[in-house]
Amino acid sequence: MIELNRNKFPEQIDEEMELQGTTFIKEVWYRFKKNRMAMVGAVIVILMICIAFLASQIAPHDPYEVDLTNQFSPPNSKYLLGTDIYGRDVLSRIIYGTRISLVIGLIPTLISMAIGSVLGIISGYYGGKVDSIIMRLADMVMAFPSLLLAMVVMYTLGASLYNIFIALSIVGWAGTARVVRAQTLSIKEKEYVEAARAIGVKNWVIMLRHIFPNCMAPLLVMLTMGIPGAIMSEASLSFLGVGARPPTPSWGLMISNGKEYLFSAPWVAISPGFSILIIVLAFNFLGDGLRDALDPYMKQ
Amino acid sequence: MEYNQEKLLEVKDLKKYFPITGGLFRKTIGSVKAVDGVDLYIKRGETLGLVGESGCGKSTLGRVILRLIDATNGEIKYEGKNILKLRREQMRELRKKMQIIFQDPYASLNPRMTVGDIIGEPMDIYNLAKGHKREEKVLELLNIVGLGTQHIRRYPHEFSGGQRQRIGIARALAVDPELIICDEPVSALDVSVRSQVLNLMQELQQKYELTYLFISHDLSVVKHISDRISVMYLGKVVEISEKNTLYRKPLHPYTQALLSAIPIPDPEIKRERIILEGDVPTPINPPKGCRFSTRCQYAKPICSQQEPVLKDIGFEHFVACHLY
Repeated sequence: MIELNRNKFPEQIDEEMELQGTTFIKEVWYRFKKNRMAMVGAVIVILMICIAFLASQIAPHDPYEVDLTNQFSPPNSKYLLGTDIYGRDVLSRIIYGTRISLVIGLIPTLISMAIGSVLGIISGYYGGKVDSIIMRLADMVMAFPSLLLAMVVMYTLGASLYNIFIALSIVGWAGTARVVRAQTLSIKEKEYVEAARAIGVKNWVIMLRHIFPNCMAPLLVMLTMGIPGAIMSEASLSFLGVGARPPTPSWGLMISNGKEYLFSAPWVAISPGFSILIIVLAFNFLGDGLRDALDPYMKQ
Repeated sequence: MEYNQEKLLEVKDLKKYFPITGGLFRKTIGSVKAVDGVDLYIKRGETLGLVGESGCGKSTLGRVILRLIDATNGEIKYEGKNILKLRREQMRELRKKMQIIFQDPYASLNPRMTVGDIIGEPMDIYNLAKGHKREEKVLELLNIVGLGTQHIRRYPHEFSGGQRQRIGIARALAVDPELIICDEPVSALDVSVRSQVLNLMQELQQKYELTYLFISHDLSVVKHISDRISVMYLGKVVEISEKNTLYRKPLHPYTQALLSAIPIPDPEIKRERIILEGDVPTPINPPKGCRFSTRCQYAKPICSQQEPVLKDIGFEHFVACHLY
């Protein structure tokens, strides 16, 4: 209907275009907004991020402060979520734990996705032997149960927060590599990639400018889905004693410490457990919502 | 068209076989002979139409000429130089002279780039224009193809099919090419838009002295835009001729059948349609001798024995058939 634009005044075309054209991000936001669960997830995630940033301001007590006269005090007005075996305030520890969980969720996921994206694009774009080598490597990583592999890495490197980054990155890249490879395989057959080659664009520029941006939608979903996975892995590793070292206020570690007093002082283990539940659910809802909003087939 | 004009592009015995692999060790068990010995040439400033039914290798031929797909065998001479022998850097330089317009305007533009970047990218690669000059050039190109200056910051999905095809044309023009391979540029467009884009392409051809290789399965479109037409069947060119000669007096039985299929918008006129029997043979294992012999009503014993070569029967009319 706006074909005959050569005979029209520019203002006229502009008006029509405005009606037809909303930017991609606006469209995604519009669809995302309609998804109530996703919005709840997004709000919780934003809230968690705020808590992590303002931890020192909002925590009522010092999370490391030991008060042996005050062991296992049940939730009361001074200690809203009670205290643990050393008399430390559980609420303050949970608030500080948000920082660790978010950092653990984000950084290893980003690292593993960066590695996975690079290898996946190269694998998909060049194909042949390069593809076989990278994909067999990914198969090898995927063949191990990821938690077991992470534990092996943690045992060899020693338990510390930074080694968790390394362990989770090593475990996580293979999944991203596969997704990105699959995307690349389909995108490289697109005519705009052919057009770029016809113009004479170099291979690495094609990968960076033409293929990678078009993998962003699934990658964004993988990121939001990967964060809760990483948080869970950290919690599991810490629970099993190969993750964060005490007295770090890691949620997994807190559950591990509280598990022995599950009946006498349930608040010590239950509240960090509940926190993990909420953050993981929130990220999953967010990821689901993003996937639906970014999916172009939803439009029809 | 004069008879003796400079040949801009000459293709000799060009072959492209796609290997079929199978079994445990990915052995090559056969090949799809998509382009199997094509000879043709394009003269500077003309439009050579390339027609044939789906799967006859038209698009593959276009892509092999641009070296988007590597040829299996043969020669492609651009201004006398065999481009199949060029090294990567030399080929990159030559890409400035040869461009392509694609069939599907929805797949040929990167959805994550603005129109300005899509048209500007070729200029970045060859350092043709930068910064302010680049923008000026992009606006000029937009104007040439009939889009407005306000479109420069928009994304492809905000445009209709015809407008996108104009963007694709602008991108091809950005490097000032000499030869443009048009791979069914109007097949995906609405009939109403089709003629506009065709007219635009003709205007541009005159203005910039472009040479077109116009690939299409639409006979009326090809007749409209071409100077000469070559007809392809199963990976081979069966007939090349000046367009009026071809439409008035087609020689190859396949061309005759093809042309008889054009509908005439007049119910009074009755015309004998040549209906071909059977299917197109598989390009994996094409018939011996003449490829068309299995469906040809004039087939002689020699047709299934010996492959006919493209013969010049005068006035630049070439036909590959034992009848002539």
